[in-house]
Amino acid sequence: MTQTVTRFGNYLADFQALQQDSAAAGPAWLRGLRDRAWSRFDALGFPTARRGNEKWKYTNVAPLAKSSFAYSRDLAPDGVLEPGWLSNAAPREKNWINLVFVDGGYSRELSTDPGAALGYRAASLAEVMGHDGRAVEQHLASHAPIDEDAFTALNTAFIRDGAFVHIPDGCAAELPIHLLFVTTGRAQPGVTFPRTLVVLGRHASATVVESYFSPNLGHYFTDAVTEIVLAEGAEVDHYRLLLESPGSFHVGTSRVHQSGESSLFSATFETGAAMLRNDFKVLLDGPGSRCTLNGLYLTSDNQHVDNLISIDHAKPHTTSRLSYKGILDGKSRAVFGGEVLVRKDAQKTDAHQTDRNLLLSKDAEVDSKPSLLIYADDVKCGHGATAGHIDETALFYLRSRGLDLETAGRMLVHAFAGEIIETVKLQPLQDFLNRLFLNAIPPKSLLFGGGP
Amino acid sequence: MNAKNPSASTEGTALQDASEMSDAAEKLNTPLLEIRGLHVCAGELEILKGVDLTVNAGEVHAIMGPNGSGKSTLASVLAGRPEYTVTGGQVLYEGDNLLELAPEMRARRGVFLAFQYPVELPGVRIWQFLKAAVDALRAHRGQEELSARDFDRLLREKVKMAEIDPDLVKRSVNEGFSGGEKKRNEILQMAILEPKLAILDETDSGLDIDALRIVADGVNRLRNASNAIVLVTHYQRILNYITPDHVHVLQDGRMVRSGGPELAHELEARGYDWIKDTAAVDA
Repeated sequence: MTQTVTRFGNYLADFQALQQDSAAAGPAWLRGLRDRAWSRFDALGFPTARRGNEKWKYTNVAPLAKSSFAYSRDLAPDGVLEPGWLSNAAPREKNWINLVFVDGGYSRELSTDPGAALGYRAASLAEVMGHDGRAVEQHLASHAPIDEDAFTALNTAFIRDGAFVHIPDGCAAELPIHLLFVTTGRAQPGVTFPRTLVVLGRHASATVVESYFSPNLGHYFTDAVTEIVLAEGAEVDHYRLLLESPGSFHVGTSRVHQSGESSLFSATFETGAAMLRNDFKVLLDGPGSRCTLNGLYLTSDNQHVDNLISIDHAKPHTTSRLSYKGILDGKSRAVFGGEVLVRKDAQKTDAHQTDRNLLLSKDAEVDSKPSLLIYADDVKCGHGATAGHIDETALFYLRSRGLDLETAGRMLVHAFAGEIIETVKLQPLQDFLNRLFLNAIPPKSLLFGGGP
Repeated sequence: MNAKNPSASTEGTALQDASEMSDAAEKLNTPLLEIRGLHVCAGELEILKGVDLTVNAGEVHAIMGPNGSGKSTLASVLAGRPEYTVTGGQVLYEGDNLLELAPEMRARRGVFLAFQYPVELPGVRIWQFLKAAVDALRAHRGQEELSARDFDRLLREKVKMAEIDPDLVKRSVNEGFSGGEKKRNEILQMAILEPKLAILDETDSGLDIDALRIVADGVNRLRNASNAIVLVTHYQRILNYITPDHVHVLQDGRMVRSGGPELAHELEARGYDWIKDTAAVDA
């Protein structure tokens, strides 16, 4: 096994130390899960193969695989971040439930958790597993299996803490739940393994926001896994903010399991990183279930963003709407894979996907690969993909009304992004995103194709 | 006259008055727009072959001509569209070289082009767009931005004047608008920005009688002694509603005829071919 030690040197050492640390290790079933996950990761390895590696065809994992990241077992999340900074970095309303994780450790100080008095809860996974882990044990790693994917396996091998949201049958959770995962990057480039499990009972409903970000421009690796389970008739509004440092690697794997008549609305907002992968898969496993998946990303410089969105229509009368928009500047690259599978018995499926991109520079590039695999015969499926530059005629029209080139350009880019931002139902979040996207575009990019 | 220091102040005042008066006289004498020998190309093709035109404040000029004569090109060049190249001649606006000004500078100095085919701007709300335009104009004049409430009031007043459905301002600019609605939206912008020189590029095209009446009423309400309007049109019809002071005919890139409003009627009666046969240019 010398080969393994050389291959995953750091990770193996950290993994073994974690398993041996009784304080951190958790219940027996969790230790067992970690062992199996590690074996799986070891067998699969990072997906760096250049051939036969369909799912990573346009995204090069080698730089990530070659890098060394420090894993911190001693989690000291308090006193590291200024609460003032946190309020500006992501919307964190006082009347929301906020769970804050700093460098992988749950920060009670920065979190706001009204606790069980509400009838539903959002809490630290470790704490929940500490006294009553049945709900966790039932669902954890059932929907994001370790077999498929090395990143999921690796994250699972390091599960220690994370966010657990549980809304019981019939409960309509009033307060939005915000899960914040902050990487401070204080020491060397580090790795964190954010883990989220959201379980909604029958006819329950909730709003959940996940955000990932950093106060520094550092170099680090986030390997996140999110599982969302919706029982019969449950409804969830889900938002993901991937606002990581521009030099970071982020691989996020999300798996949603929907029972009949359940509804998922999910909107993801991404600003570029060195490599950002959003692998989001929904299983529509009950008749009448439906999902709307929206996304908006903004990249520049040499950033790389890879969105792989998959929807499995496993049962009849299911509906999906997938709508992603990208704004690319500099020499950045975006990959979009929209995979819709309609199984043989999934009659009366209604599936539609679009991927639209606005290129602000000559060198930006997008690879769009929509795919529809349809095995049923009574379905409505469609897709569209576009990539284009800012409309010159539109720019001129705005300039002819007195707006300078930069203001005109921003207005048009914001209008493009606005269609997705407007779908956000949480007003403070919508305001935050409007500000973020309006200001994020660097002025020099808008001179492409323009000129006085 | 100042009792304490009578001679000095009177003299100072007198000199000041004289120079201010000559500035004002200068302004009165300077045409708002002066086009001299303008040659314009689109790529290799020469479209305008030496156009002359003088427009003074308070005037309405109609520029008519058959298709392909260069009417829209003239309008576009005045607004600063990048697709055209000026290969000769001059355009002076208030005595300054208009051609060296960026499109947004021309707009801020009071030049307005009502487009023939206004583009749709999905996602750009009319309210937001118009406020940005007004604020840009005000900033240019050294004025502060309007508050949202003040702008609301201004907009409501102008929307009423342009006979536009007030709900329209929540929509995206021109998105899903009919031809008539798009043209009325151009007039709304004109009403809000109050340009000194408004160039209406075939504003009447594609409009039915009612829409035409509304657009013409809007334009007529905006006419005053300090501004000027250049109406580019193929048909005489709009000139029944907006009476021009001067009518010019553009043909094959040249101004071949100028006259008073009756010239438009003659054209309608005899057609553009008649102009070709008579080479005379009346001032």
